[in-house]
Amino acid sequence: MTGILIVVVYVALFAASAFIVTAIGKRTQRKDFTSLKTVTFGDESAVRPNRAASVISVVVLFLIWGAFTGSKLVPIHVPAPFQGDTSFSYTAQAPDGSQDDAEVFVRVHEFGADVDSIEADAGDGFALNDFDEVPVYSSALIRATRNDVGGDADGFRIVAVNGAPIEPGGSVDTADGVVNMTPRGSLSFVPDPGLQMRPLYLPSPERVWQAVVDVATDGFRNFTLWEHLGYSLFRVLAGFVLGAAIGIPLGYAMGLSDWFRGWFDPIVEFMRPVPPLALIPLVIIWFGIDETGKVVLLFLAALWIMAIGARAGVSGVNITKVHAAYSLGASKTQILRHVIIPNSLPEIFTAARVAMGVCWGTVVAAELVAANVGAGMMITTASKFQQTYVVVMGIILIGIIGFGIDILMRKAENVLVPWKGRS
Amino acid sequence: MTTGLSIENLSMRFDLPNGSFVQALKDVSLDLKSGELLSVLGPSGCGKTTLLNIVAGFLAPTSGAINLNGHAVTGPDAERGMVFQKGALFEWMTVRDNVEFGPRMKGTPQADRRKTSDRLLEITGLQDFKDKMVYELSGGMQQRVALARCLANEPDVILMDEPLGALDALTREKMQGLVLELWKETGKTIILITHSVEEALLLGERLLVMAPRPGRIHKEYRLPFAEMGVGADLREVKKHPDFASTREEILTMIWEMEEEIMGRTEDA
Repeated sequence: MTGILIVVVYVALFAASAFIVTAIGKRTQRKDFTSLKTVTFGDESAVRPNRAASVISVVVLFLIWGAFTGSKLVPIHVPAPFQGDTSFSYTAQAPDGSQDDAEVFVRVHEFGADVDSIEADAGDGFALNDFDEVPVYSSALIRATRNDVGGDADGFRIVAVNGAPIEPGGSVDTADGVVNMTPRGSLSFVPDPGLQMRPLYLPSPERVWQAVVDVATDGFRNFTLWEHLGYSLFRVLAGFVLGAAIGIPLGYAMGLSDWFRGWFDPIVEFMRPVPPLALIPLVIIWFGIDETGKVVLLFLAALWIMAIGARAGVSGVNITKVHAAYSLGASKTQILRHVIIPNSLPEIFTAARVAMGVCWGTVVAAELVAANVGAGMMITTASKFQQTYVVVMGIILIGIIGFGIDILMRKAENVLVPWKGRS
Repeated sequence: MTTGLSIENLSMRFDLPNGSFVQALKDVSLDLKSGELLSVLGPSGCGKTTLLNIVAGFLAPTSGAINLNGHAVTGPDAERGMVFQKGALFEWMTVRDNVEFGPRMKGTPQADRRKTSDRLLEITGLQDFKDKMVYELSGGMQQRVALARCLANEPDVILMDEPLGALDALTREKMQGLVLELWKETGKTIILITHSVEEALLLGERLLVMAPRPGRIHKEYRLPFAEMGVGADLREVKKHPDFASTREEILTMIWEMEEEIMGRTEDA
């Protein structure tokens, strides 16, 4: 129910903001070359990401997150689950046919909180008032006839709730929830759950931020937040550096020698499509769950990507450049050093970006399987203890770091191989 | 010791996987004195690029021999510089580093390399662009860099494989003037391959017209236009009555060859 509502709200906000921004944008038309193009549909170069849309998209995601989790950071919310005191009346009928009304007082409280019982008058007649507590998002079985005079007699039953007739298996809506009657004639009260997500499923933004603060100050499972993230990063870097150190020379050898090419082609082509995740069990059997196993796994993840990238870089060298270098008197070593290696750098950078992305994904997965420390271990352990806020925090931090790695690689690419795509 | 380039009975046959073969060159012989400017013209498939690649040492001929200044040519060497149509500059180097590449590979001291590159960049009109990356330059300027890079290495023979083919008409004309100037100034032996009849007439003391299938020398001309063109307005040279008549003669010759090829393919 809540899920469908979220999708509907999201689509509505998408359409509405597109409509509004387009309406405003008509008046403040940008004046660049692209704006003069009359054919933009199908011209990929004319499709630039609309930055207003990007900003609104992020804001909308945050607003929906807050609105559906009852965040105090967001002004509008969908109805919250009922909390507080409520009551409903029931009508009991004695075996002799006489009827009497009584009230049921229910205190709906936060799960795990200490609650005081409701103190109130027991009422008069043979049906007496009842008092009960129920945690939010739960239900409580209310044995309303338990304290009634003659309530244990055969034929004593409840016939109506809030004046509405009720039968076993039926239910009556009250102001703050639903009263169900079990097949055996007892009542159960389900307080109104509202439309918000339960914190177990999705914690509010401030709860996640609280988790960041808590884990950053107190750590999680014997390690600080920085140790968890640092270990993951260290494993990625160690695996990537080893993979590049072996993979790049291997790729060069494959690009320059037919024997190397023939020898390693079957291995590389076979290993390339094997997802590194499929290697986790074997790597654990061989190297255990310590750092060695993780670094070996990431080494394998990076190795084939870097080897193929370096091989492609060598094969991609324009033969006229090699001819030109020979005609200028360069030796084989000089051609490798001054022509083939620089010419292959753009390909190697592309491969490095892919490899870093794959390694980052693989390290988290490997830590999910078995680890004492690491970003993946943090979220999988938290999920076992139903600490969804730590899980969400971990996912967000993993995403930020992965994104950061890619940005850094792109910056490095722009600085180190500015000639990429310019030949 | 004889100076100059001699090509004797050069033949080149490419065997195809299906058992047939292509005779790219058949019995091509040619003697070139030191300092001569030779242009080579012919319809596509006449083997002119193959000839150049063999002289450069990138290909070994099926039979025949090439001698330069008395020794046999067996592979690429700094004595035979090459200027390509495009794509041969090193994008990861500045203009100056490209020009200094040959001397640097030889181990020439940096001060000497500097002097050479400064002089050549001045001659080619690139003195204001020496610290640019080559991909920042226009196509015409890139070809100037390619010329300067080749000259910086002091080769005995310069081989040019359609060096101006990718340029627009105006830039091309300017560059033709530059090639003539450089030839006169440096006295290098130059072999220039081109598709353009006008260019072949302007940039050749000697002009070879080659015929295809098998690739062979069809006719040779000795022309006065290169000498006339040094330091002069090339458009004036083109107005010369002999220029126009020779151009017509060669164009007719090449058209006839093309038609013959078409006829032969239709028969087959």
